[in-house]
Amino acid sequence: MSDSSTTPLLSLRKVSKRYPALIANDQIDLDVMPGSIHAVLGENGAGKSTLMKLIYGVIDADGGEFIWDGERVELRNTATARQLGIGMVFQHFSLFETLSVVENISLTISGTRKELAKRVRELGATFHLEVDPEASVHSLSVGERQRVEIIRCLLQDLKLLILDEPTSVLPPQHVRSLFDALRKLQSNGVSILYISHKLEEIRELCDTATILRGGKVTGIVNPNEKTARELATLMIGRNIPQIEARAHKRDTDTPILEITHLNAKNPDPFGTHLSDINLSVYGGEIVGIAGVSGNGQQELARIISGEDLSHRLSDATIKMLDRPAAALSVTDRRNLGFSFVPEERLGRGAIPPMTLSQNTLLTAYEKGLLNNGFIRKDKLAEYASQCIEDFDVRCSGIDANANSLSGGNLQKFIVGRELMLKPKLLFVSQPTWGVDVGAAVAIRQRLLDLRDEGVAILVISEELEELFEICDRLHVIRDGTLSPPLISSKVTPDDIGEYMIGTANSSDNLSPGVKESTYAHQV
Amino acid sequence: MHIKFERRVEYSRKILISVPVITIALSILISSALLLILGKSVPLTMYSFFIAPFESFYSITEIFLKFGPLLLIAQALAIGFRAKVWNIGAEGQMIMGAIAASAVPVYFVDSTSIFLLPAMLVLGAAGGMGWAAIAAFLRTRFNANEILVTLMLTSIALQVLYYLLLGPWKDPQGFNFPQTVLFQDEALFSPLFQATRLNTSVLIPILFTIGAWVFMEKRFGGFKLQVGGLAPNAAIYAGFSAKGAVWRSLLIAGFAAGLAGMSEVAGPIAQLQRSITSGYGYSAIIVAYLGALHPIGIIFAAFFLAVIQIGGDVALVSAGVPISAVHVFQGLLLVFYLATYTFVNYRLRILRPGKSLPVGATS
Repeated sequence: MSDSSTTPLLSLRKVSKRYPALIANDQIDLDVMPGSIHAVLGENGAGKSTLMKLIYGVIDADGGEFIWDGERVELRNTATARQLGIGMVFQHFSLFETLSVVENISLTISGTRKELAKRVRELGATFHLEVDPEASVHSLSVGERQRVEIIRCLLQDLKLLILDEPTSVLPPQHVRSLFDALRKLQSNGVSILYISHKLEEIRELCDTATILRGGKVTGIVNPNEKTARELATLMIGRNIPQIEARAHKRDTDTPILEITHLNAKNPDPFGTHLSDINLSVYGGEIVGIAGVSGNGQQELARIISGEDLSHRLSDATIKMLDRPAAALSVTDRRNLGFSFVPEERLGRGAIPPMTLSQNTLLTAYEKGLLNNGFIRKDKLAEYASQCIEDFDVRCSGIDANANSLSGGNLQKFIVGRELMLKPKLLFVSQPTWGVDVGAAVAIRQRLLDLRDEGVAILVISEELEELFEICDRLHVIRDGTLSPPLISSKVTPDDIGEYMIGTANSSDNLSPGVKESTYAHQV
Repeated sequence: MHIKFERRVEYSRKILISVPVITIALSILISSALLLILGKSVPLTMYSFFIAPFESFYSITEIFLKFGPLLLIAQALAIGFRAKVWNIGAEGQMIMGAIAASAVPVYFVDSTSIFLLPAMLVLGAAGGMGWAAIAAFLRTRFNANEILVTLMLTSIALQVLYYLLLGPWKDPQGFNFPQTVLFQDEALFSPLFQATRLNTSVLIPILFTIGAWVFMEKRFGGFKLQVGGLAPNAAIYAGFSAKGAVWRSLLIAGFAAGLAGMSEVAGPIAQLQRSITSGYGYSAIIVAYLGALHPIGIIFAAFFLAVIQIGGDVALVSAGVPISAVHVFQGLLLVFYLATYTFVNYRLRILRPGKSLPVGATS
């Protein structure tokens, strides 16, 4: 540490925040020392983001006190927080895409554009945060946008920088340069609150970690002195279950899903256009699509699921189970043996204010749940209870409303509902987004078991570790184009990173044998 | 201290039922204040509104006469509202139903066929559906907002009605009044009781209510409509057609409103004239919401609004209250209903600064 002062820069004493259904923060104590990179570690839903929003004044605390540099302060709004020298970079950036970098900055920081541009360059050079001040934000990569956000914080008198899951949007290569910048900031006396659930990163970067579980502090440790496993145990409160993955060969000679030369123009001028997508999934294999979010995943998912039929693709563009499927409706695709789990659970995969038993009707209505158009309540109840039992959904019963379930349990319910349809082709988008570790492991295990039974599975995910854990082959999506298929046992995270930032084709940085050559890729 | 709204996690039936009660109480309170300002007697007016309508048998049958169309249209509108299809032009669909049904007795003045009434039923329903179909087409084909389209179509329907009454359909022996001939008995529903206007058409709303309940609570079709309203993306995900929901909602409303219009011209009015709708198409919107968009709730709401409409007539005579008092009261009902309904989804919390949270507290 650069500063040996014993007065914490920021102290929280018994800070609480409650929402109608839960206590997000329960009597939290937190001490951030000057010049420290302090991790706040916890699972999804542990209360990390709530705590940061309290510190930044976005939301009000229900109780407790905040002490800044030895004095008690009220953090009523973000302006107060900024005056004190607190800056925050959210997971979702708050920049106007149509404006330039310096225009965005001048919205909140006073000074002429010329001065600001000069300072942006200076700060960029000092802290390894180079970015062109005149560039339009929509032309910047995610990593560059993040730099703009950090620079914007630096332009005020910054003492504490809060970063919410900063690496979740970055390819592995850009994570390095972010860490360099953060260390540089630290050596200049800026304290950093670093929120993450990625254990290795925290062990590498942070000097202190406050661990949250269920809204309470469960430990304050030096992460360098703990193994990732020990940290994980502190984080989830028990040992992490292990995934059992067996080697498995393809079960079919022809693809179950085959996409050839798919092009789709996005009506939104700042949206992603899909161009020349080629993809195939065989029976008994899991194919993953990696990539930083916003590179066309959502557009591709809606086209494969049949929710978006507006592109008038020629019939042969999408083949499912040897049938041209590009023009088929959602229902027709489902009848072929296709099932889809969308990334949004509430409002898309499930109807929030309806009961679980009503929610089975959404996709399973042809499984004997209707009698001449009349809803068979008894069959609904049967289907829902079987799903709850088989997939270990923790809830108050079949009459629990979908929005009363935790993210993980609702995801287990939706995955269960779709698996009970006995699909031959399963498509899961973000299988474990916002899902607790236990449920995530259970879902991944289910997918592997299903693959072993011969089902063709396509997975879109932003979690690289997850894709490496379950996929046989991987694609990377970037700016609406899909990389060639890569064999996941031969590829490294850095190779995937090359594709994420678009340098894979121009350089020879890839590991040998990465590109698939065993199977001729039909185009 | 500051006040904030918190979203409720559990919906309680108690609150759902107390909403209309509080709404009515607040509306009575404010109307009383307005009456005091006008210098009218509050007790006498309230008596006229709520007690007097039940004092004679004839008056009770009049309540049911108003109850019918309100119930019929409100049930249909509620189905659409639950699918978030905002048809506020039931008034126009009712007019077109009345016009289409009237074509039969207007062109077959001398007929005594027993098929007159059935033909009018069919044409009445078709007229309302046809008018609603225009809005459905414009919404699904050109994405034209159905709120505006249905409202504007009501104005057009009114002009069509005026044109027919002043021109081709005017009664030649009618002293130039803008109305058609009086319809023959075969074109009218038969009265239920001697010397009352209440007739067999009151069965239509009752049957329709049973149908609406079955459709919304038991049928897959009703489920699909509700999903479209509650979670449009879930409906797309499941493959339920959004266009289908718009068509179905509007056609159901057109069907019901058309029949309501037909029941008026083949019932108490017995001819086509300018004021055939009595504003039922608009009042039914209030009924649908006051009944919490639920088939059972709407029965009570329709009855309540029928009572105050009759009560308004009584109050006009006995307490000298202008007839617009009824409209003001209806307006208050809707405003207070919407305000009170906030508390179904939200709860109010008053926070005092510095108050610490009790350990283990939940809401």
